[in-house]
Amino acid sequence: MDRFALAAIWTKNGVICMTFLLFLCCTTGICEPNEPTPTDSTNLETAILLPDDPEDPQAYPEEEKVSNLPVFTMDYTRIQIPFEFTLWILLASFSKIGFHVYQKITIWIPESCLLIGIGLIVGGIMHSVKEEPPAVLTSNVFFLYMLPPIVLDSGYFMPTRPFFENVGTVVWYAVVGTLWNSIGIGLSLFAICQFEVFDLQNINLQENLLFATIISAVDPVAALNVFDDVGVNEQIHIVIFGEGLFNDAVTVVLYSMFAFLADMPAIDSVDVFLGVARFFVVGVGGVLLGLLFGFVAAFTSRFTNKVREIEPLFVFMYSYLAYLVAELFAISSIMAIITCAITMKYYVEENVSQRSCTTIRHVVKMLATVSETLIFFFLGVVTITTEHEWNWAYILFTLLFAFLWRGLGILVLTQIVNPFRTIQFTVKDQFGLAYGGLRGAICFALAFTLGENINRKNLFVTASIALILFTVFVQGISIRPIVEYIKIRRTNKDLNTINVEIHTRTMEHLICGVEDLCGQWGHYYWKDKFKKFNDRILRRILLRDTRSESSIVSLYKKLELQNAIELLDTTMGDISAAPSVVSLQDELMEASRPKKKFLTGDIRKMHDILSKNMYKIRQRTTAFRGKNTLQDNNHAREILMRRHASIRRSLHGQSFREQPVQNVSKSLKYYSLQPGGNLDSAFPLRRRSRGIPEEDHLQTFGASPRSSSRSLIPMTTLKTIKEQGSSGAPSSPSVHPLEPSSGEHHLDEGFSGQSLRGRKAPVATPRRRSSNRDDEDEDNGFSENQAAGAEQPPPPQGWVPEVRDPGANEAGNPLLRQSAHGSQRSWRT
Amino acid sequence: MGSSSSSLNNVPDGQQLMQETGFSAAHLLRLYERFKFLDKDNRGHLRSEDFEAVPELSENPIGDRIVGAFFLPGQETVDFSSFVRVLAHFRPTEKNRTRAGAQPDPANSRNRKLKFAFRLYDQDRDGKISRIELLQVLREMLGMQVTEEQLQSIADRAIQEADLDKDDAISFDEFRKSLEKVNIDHKMSIRFLE
Repeated sequence: MDRFALAAIWTKNGVICMTFLLFLCCTTGICEPNEPTPTDSTNLETAILLPDDPEDPQAYPEEEKVSNLPVFTMDYTRIQIPFEFTLWILLASFSKIGFHVYQKITIWIPESCLLIGIGLIVGGIMHSVKEEPPAVLTSNVFFLYMLPPIVLDSGYFMPTRPFFENVGTVVWYAVVGTLWNSIGIGLSLFAICQFEVFDLQNINLQENLLFATIISAVDPVAALNVFDDVGVNEQIHIVIFGEGLFNDAVTVVLYSMFAFLADMPAIDSVDVFLGVARFFVVGVGGVLLGLLFGFVAAFTSRFTNKVREIEPLFVFMYSYLAYLVAELFAISSIMAIITCAITMKYYVEENVSQRSCTTIRHVVKMLATVSETLIFFFLGVVTITTEHEWNWAYILFTLLFAFLWRGLGILVLTQIVNPFRTIQFTVKDQFGLAYGGLRGAICFALAFTLGENINRKNLFVTASIALILFTVFVQGISIRPIVEYIKIRRTNKDLNTINVEIHTRTMEHLICGVEDLCGQWGHYYWKDKFKKFNDRILRRILLRDTRSESSIVSLYKKLELQNAIELLDTTMGDISAAPSVVSLQDELMEASRPKKKFLTGDIRKMHDILSKNMYKIRQRTTAFRGKNTLQDNNHAREILMRRHASIRRSLHGQSFREQPVQNVSKSLKYYSLQPGGNLDSAFPLRRRSRGIPEEDHLQTFGASPRSSSRSLIPMTTLKTIKEQGSSGAPSSPSVHPLEPSSGEHHLDEGFSGQSLRGRKAPVATPRRRSSNRDDEDEDNGFSENQAAGAEQPPPPQGWVPEVRDPGANEAGNPLLRQSAHGSQRSWRT
Repeated sequence: MGSSSSSLNNVPDGQQLMQETGFSAAHLLRLYERFKFLDKDNRGHLRSEDFEAVPELSENPIGDRIVGAFFLPGQETVDFSSFVRVLAHFRPTEKNRTRAGAQPDPANSRNRKLKFAFRLYDQDRDGKISRIELLQVLREMLGMQVTEEQLQSIADRAIQEADLDKDDAISFDEFRKSLEKVNIDHKMSIRFLE
């Protein structure tokens, strides 16, 4: 059955893809004569304007010919460009969907290969139909529009701790490695060119070096695409990652230097020194610029608490600005944007709301994925449709030398750097590093942007495409089996326990102390210094709320929160407004999902009992999901209560629960009918109208959980019903947190780490945290406000845990101690 | 490096320490220099005041525990051999090379490192990290940031996660198990200068 479905989907996707392809080809064909193909994105606007002008004069004379009003008109040229753009993106995305239908493909063939493959097919089609591909892969479009999102994604999600621990190694490989590769390959190719037999005489040294620079840059996109699937150990991952990102500085310098020199007949020695100086300007300048923009962005985010909706915008705009300004000064824009992202992330994530945080992360990922997909796709298309010059010798030797020099380079460099590392690179690691040096789109774009004065430009383009295809396909596909075969150390994921965090911190302090004792300055010394600087100065300026939080506490809160949210999620499946922390931790959720089955009963029980209190949590989560944060939430609440009632009615309740369900639902309905009513008045009203039977129900209600074997903390039920009138609303918010916690406590089977015996569960915090900060006002309003109908159920008819200690309640939510500010911060660890 | 063996004679028990701990002669020499530096009164041994004179160490949240780890139980002074023996725990683990005469369980093996860390928590040496001991360490590390209840909760959770035999304390085996995925060698090694 599955196979049929798969086949059906596959062919269906295939059909859709083919349809798109044909449509694209046709449209480009049709519209070819109408207007010139846009060569540059800067022409986009003029091109869009163009169709309008020819239209207008035509419309007029036409009116004279055709007397009737045209009922149906079509004007394709007007929308052509955005339309095609969208179609291309859709096509690429469809292929991405298609790949994942067949799981097995993506295991063995990295996605980049598949995308290039599809691109090749499309290119082939277009070529046979004699169409030009949309000339979007120009240098400007690539470097200004397609590359920044990818790099921003890399920078934003860079794991900072391993990165900074390995920063020396990364820079070493990036700078020296790239230099080594470029010069080595350049010189070797120049030597090859000397042989007359290959017909390469007219490529001089500068051009060779230029070409070598282009192809020596390891591309992070392609490499990580492959490595992420394989899951190599953290060290290799971070080195390749960092190397791929930072060799841009070197590449930029060398490229401009050699391009400049290629014009000149001879190289001056002064130019070499200038080159070195330029390198520092480029590299350091990029970093400084990034830092500047990062700090400005962080500072800005300090003041955005009133304009939550546009918070994510600042992140994107500032990083893009950093990129563009760096491009303006021809310094390393990649380094600028990465530094900006790293700097910004830490402070911005503490300042912005949870929703903005999620948005930022999501959009960054989305843009990066789209960009990456398009790049590989176009790589395939353009491969077919450009002019090629094929020279067997040059291309084969290019492949050979690229491979050779990278291997040698890694070997030599590792020998030099290993003594300085705590974790040394084994031979296997080195092999992984060398073999994982894939080239990608940057190389291609650089080749494309070679000036026309390079006389063998087409050869270079062909050679670089050949190299890219070779590395991506051959190395990309084979790296997985090789890694598994030689058993490179794989990564250890899932280190998310409190114990590990605590002990790691202890060890860090220990090492720091011992280093101090020995009078050495190690890693931890600098880390410590930076931390102090950070705490004292930076945080004060850049953060709105400067209380710092240990990573232990953050992790703890995060874990507790996840457990709590999982709990809530099981009951109200449709209101699964899990905050981003949880949604980003998909594995945890997936892992706990199977446990949901036997917990549903308990949870439902808890749910029934705590109905009035639970829906306060519901209110929060609904508000969280609301479209517009500034809307009045009463409306949403009312709807929620009704839905709540109807949902619970539809649950397959067990016998003894059905009545309470109805009772509660009626009361809920009743509440929602009295938006303006005072709570105290509402409640007695209800009781009076229903009379004793309800109390009985409620009492039995209260009794049953106690008697059930998997009940919650035994409750002092009945007495508090009578205390109803006196016990006011104020203590209820504090009571609420306890309920879910007690539920949680007994649902221990499902969760491993829930010793909430102190009833001081931080589960309340989901209530708080899931609320947008804008709901803070509601928080305060909660205690006092009774006018907004049904906000404040009084301490629920006695479902109070035994230890009813109002004093402890307030203090007893340890994580509510801080304001919503503080508790909010903890998600984003 | 060639003549270091001669100056090694100044180091008390130099050869034996080299064998025992795996430090090279150059390392030992440097550590001896440091030892002498810390030993301001030239006594030949260190007392706790000498340790406390190191400024950053006193700012370290668990500084006093670290210092305490140098002193053998019951002793008030630390001589050079003990000093070096403790520091030997922090050498990076060598995987492939085995020195001639290396100890079967060298000080810098993973197990010994873990044991050292364990003893930081377990001050009363009963082989378990009780809740109270864990709380103390947490309090020292987290200090002013959290309330007492938060600390309790964190400690609770930590014990719950690690405690397999439900005795409300973490034994050494449980400690080791909870850290089995962590690269201890990386986290607990110092590259000693020469």
